[in-house]
Amino acid sequence: MNTKIKNFIATLLLAVPLSFVLPWWSVMLAAFIASVLFPLEKGVTFFTPFCAILLFWGVHAFLLSSANDFVLAKKIAALLNLGGSPYLLIVATGTIGGLAAGISAMLGKELLAFMKN
Amino acid sequence: MKYIRLLVLSGLSLGIFYALNTKIGALPPLGKFLNPSAGIWQNETNESITGEVEIPGLQDQVRVHYDAQMIPHVFAQNEHDLYKAQGYLTAKHRLWQMEFQTYAAAGRLSEIFGEGALNYDRTERRRGMGYGADQSVAHMEKHDKEVLAFVQDYADGVNAYINQLHPEDYPVEYKLLDYAPEEWTTKKTALLLMYMTKMLAGRDDDLEYTNVLRLVGEENFNLLFPDFFEVTDPVIPKETDWSFIDVPQTEKPEKHALLDTIAETIEKPHPDNGSNNWAVSGAKSASGLPILANDPHLGLNLPSIWFVMQLSTPNHNAFGATIPGALAVISGFNQHIAWGETNATRDVIDWYKVEFNEDRTQYKYDEGWKDVSMRIEDIRIKGQKAYKDTVLYTHHGPVVFDKNFRSDNERAGYAMRWIGHEGGNQQKTFLQLNKAKNYEDYADALQHWVTPSQNFVFASTEGDIALWIQGKFPNKWEGQGKFLMDGSLSENDWQSYIPQQFNAHTKNPTRGFVSSANQHPVDETYPYYVFNDGYETYRNRVINTYFNSKEKFSVADFKALQNNNYNLKASELVPYMLSQMDTSSLSDEEKGVYKEISAWTFNNDINEVGPSIWTLWYGHLEEMLWDEFNDEQVALTTPYTYQTIHLLKTQGNHAFMDIVATEDKTEKANDLFLLSFKEAAEDLSKYKNENGDYTWGGYKGTYVGHLLQGLPAFSRFDIPIGGGRNIVNATSKNHGPSWRMIVEMTSPPTALGIYPGGQSGNPGSKFYDNFIDDWSVGEYHRLNFLQSDVATEDIIGTQTLIPDTNEY
Repeated sequence: MNTKIKNFIATLLLAVPLSFVLPWWSVMLAAFIASVLFPLEKGVTFFTPFCAILLFWGVHAFLLSSANDFVLAKKIAALLNLGGSPYLLIVATGTIGGLAAGISAMLGKELLAFMKN
Repeated sequence: MKYIRLLVLSGLSLGIFYALNTKIGALPPLGKFLNPSAGIWQNETNESITGEVEIPGLQDQVRVHYDAQMIPHVFAQNEHDLYKAQGYLTAKHRLWQMEFQTYAAAGRLSEIFGEGALNYDRTERRRGMGYGADQSVAHMEKHDKEVLAFVQDYADGVNAYINQLHPEDYPVEYKLLDYAPEEWTTKKTALLLMYMTKMLAGRDDDLEYTNVLRLVGEENFNLLFPDFFEVTDPVIPKETDWSFIDVPQTEKPEKHALLDTIAETIEKPHPDNGSNNWAVSGAKSASGLPILANDPHLGLNLPSIWFVMQLSTPNHNAFGATIPGALAVISGFNQHIAWGETNATRDVIDWYKVEFNEDRTQYKYDEGWKDVSMRIEDIRIKGQKAYKDTVLYTHHGPVVFDKNFRSDNERAGYAMRWIGHEGGNQQKTFLQLNKAKNYEDYADALQHWVTPSQNFVFASTEGDIALWIQGKFPNKWEGQGKFLMDGSLSENDWQSYIPQQFNAHTKNPTRGFVSSANQHPVDETYPYYVFNDGYETYRNRVINTYFNSKEKFSVADFKALQNNNYNLKASELVPYMLSQMDTSSLSDEEKGVYKEISAWTFNNDINEVGPSIWTLWYGHLEEMLWDEFNDEQVALTTPYTYQTIHLLKTQGNHAFMDIVATEDKTEKANDLFLLSFKEAAEDLSKYKNENGDYTWGGYKGTYVGHLLQGLPAFSRFDIPIGGGRNIVNATSKNHGPSWRMIVEMTSPPTALGIYPGGQSGNPGSKFYDNFIDDWSVGEYHRLNFLQSDVATEDIIGTQTLIPDTNEY
C-alpha cells in the first residue's frame, strides 16, 4: 500500500478513538504519531493528515448537525461571520482541525529525521 | 539548518495549539469550540426526555412527564424530592442562564469577561447585592431552617446535574466564553432573589430629585413632581375604608433637604419594569367562576426569565411560571387558587449623606460618632490580578458613593438605605402559595414577603378574589426620603415599619374586580405617606374602564385585554396638539404626516403609521420641553409623562416651555408642538427613504435578545407585534409581557399561558424560541394540568429520576 494511504488511514484510526478520551488536540497527537510511523515527503506530509482530519471533523460535524436540521450550526455560522451557512461552518471546522493536524505531522516528521541523524 | 527547521516547526505547532485553545478577544478558542467531539456540535440537539436518571439524595422516584411544549410535569412523593427535582430539571434546561444571572447579581462578571466588566461589578457590590444575599441566608439560618433545607435541596438538585456533565455537555455559552459551571449554593438562590429585587425595587431618583430641587426651587418642584396626579385610579379602590388602621404615620421632624449631591448616580433598572394583573369575581364572569390574569413586563430575553413547570406532591399540585434559580411556582395556580404579581413600585431606597472622621473609621450621628464597618469586595478579573474594593457600611447601609467611587469628597459619602439589605424570607411565600387552599392561606403566605413589594392578585375556586400590596414598608414621615437626607440626624432614620396587617389590600370589592398595573397603590385617604415614585397612569385606566364597561367577562375578553393596543396617552395629547398647532407653515410632506396622524384612532397596531409619528413627535417634544434638565454635569430627571402632558395642556405659557438655547425668543407650548412636529416629520422622511415605510411593527422592531447583550446570532429580531410603553400590551422594542397567563377557576382550574421564548436554554434546540411566533400574534397555549401521575395523550416523553443506588 502506498505510504500516503497508510498515513491517511493511520491518522484516522488514531484520531477517532483518541477523540473520545482527549480534548480537541487529540487530532494533533494522532497526526504526529502517524507521521512518525509513516513519514511522507514534502507537501504531502501536511496535506495527507490535513485531508484525513478535514474528513473526520467535517463528516462528524455534518452527521451531528444534519440530524438536528442545522439549527445551531446556522446560528454559530452567523456568530462567526460565515453568513449563517452551516456548510461553511462545517468546512471551517474541518479546516481548523486539518490545519492543526497537518502542522503537527510536519513536526513529527522533522523530529524523526532529526533523531535519525 | 535542521535545528532551525525543527525549532520553527515546534514553534508553529505550539503556536497553533495556543491559538486554537485560547479565547482571543471575542473569538472563542476555535479548536475547543468547533471540534465535533466536545465543541458546539455536541449542543446541536434537542433535550432527552425519556429514560431514567440517578440523582443522589432522592428518597423516592420522581416522575417527569413532558408535553409538546417541553413543559415538565413533575410528580414527587415529598417536598424535598420535589425541590431537588426542580433544581435538577431547571439546570438541565437553563443551567447557563441561572448561573449567569447570579454572577451578574453578585458583581462577578469580570471573572467571565475581564476588565471591561469591572465598573459594573463594582457598582453591584457597592449597591450591596452580595451583602443583601448574605442577610437573606442569615435570616433563614436564624428563623427558618425548614425553608433553608428546601433551598439546599434545590441546590443539591442543580449540583446533581452539574456533576453529571462532561465538558462536551456544557451549554453553548460556556464554550463561547471558555469557562465552566461551578457549584450551586443556597446563596446563589438568595442572589437570584436579590437580582429580582434590584430589577423591581432597585429604582429611585432621590439624588436626581435633590438636584432638581436645587435647580428649580420648591414651588416648581411640587408643580413638576406632585405626590398625586390630578387623576388617580389606584390599585386599591378609592372607596376603601381605612378606619381599622390604628397606628399613625410617623411625625414629621423639623428639617430641610440637603442641597448637595453628585453628578453621576449608579445605573438603574429599566423604567418599564412593571406588569398587569387582574381578576374578576364569579358575579362578573360569564361562566360564574372567577378568572385571573397576570402579565409581568420585563426585558425580552433569551433564554427567557421564565421556565414553566408543574410541581406536585401527593399533597399539592402547582403549575405556572418559575424563575430559574428560585424554588416553586412564582406566577401560577394550583387546584384551589391562582395568583400573580405586578410590581408595587414603592419608595424603599433612601440616601443619607454621611460625614466621616479623619481616617474614615467613624461617622457623625447626633451628638456623637458611630463606627464604620468594612466589607472588602474581592473582584476577580479574568486574566488579571484581582481588584479589591473596600465598601464602608453604616447603620443606614453601604456607602455607595465616596472618594473611591464617583465622588471626590474625602470626608463625606452617600449611604444607601435599601429594603433589599433587610434579609427576609421571600422564598417561603412562594413555597406556601404553591400549597395554599384558600384566601386565608394566601394572606398567611404573603406575610413573609419583604421585597420587592408586589401587588399579589388572587382568585380561588371558592369564589374569592383579592389583592394585597405586600412588602415591608417603612412608616415614613411626610416627605421622608424624597430627597437626600442628613445621615447624622437620627430623626431622619426609618423610625418604624407599617404593620403588615395595615398594608393596603382589598378582598371581594363591590365593583367585582381587582386590578393593578403599577399605578398609585392608594388614594390620599390611606393614612401612611406614599410618595409618587413614578406611578403608571395609563394601563390602569384602560383596564379599569374596560371592566366597568359591561357586566360579564369571559376568557376571550381577558385575552383581548392583554393584547389591547389602545394608546390612551396619545389620545390625551394628540387631539389637543392638532387643534392648537399653527399649520400654515407646513410643507407638503409635513402636511401628509399631519393628515396621517389626524386619521389615527390611537391603536398601536403593527400596520398603523400613527404610533410611529406619535412616538417621534412626543420624543422631540419632551426633549424640547425639558431642555432645562439636560445637563451632563449634574444627574437630573424629567417629570413623569402624565404630569408632562398635564402641564402642556394647562400651563402652555409657563417658563419651562421656553427653549433655553433660543435667546431671542420665548417659546410656548404651541410653538413646541409645531417645532417638534417638524423634527419628527424630518426623521420620518429619512426613515422612509431608508426603510420604505414607517408602519409601527417595523418601526418599533421588537426583538428578544440573548442575555449576552443581545448576541445577534442567538436573538430573534423584527417580531411583528403591536403595543408599546404605557399600553396594556406593553411591548416596546425590547421590553414587554414576559409571561401571559389566564386562569379560570374551574375545579381544577383551566389555564392558558405563553411567553416570548421557549423552554430550552439551548440555542441548538427547537424549543429555544418556539413560543415567540404564537406570543407575537396574541395566541395562548393551553396548560395541561395533569391531575395524576398517568401520562395523557398530551405527553410526549417521560423521564424517571431515581435515587442513586450507589449511595448506600
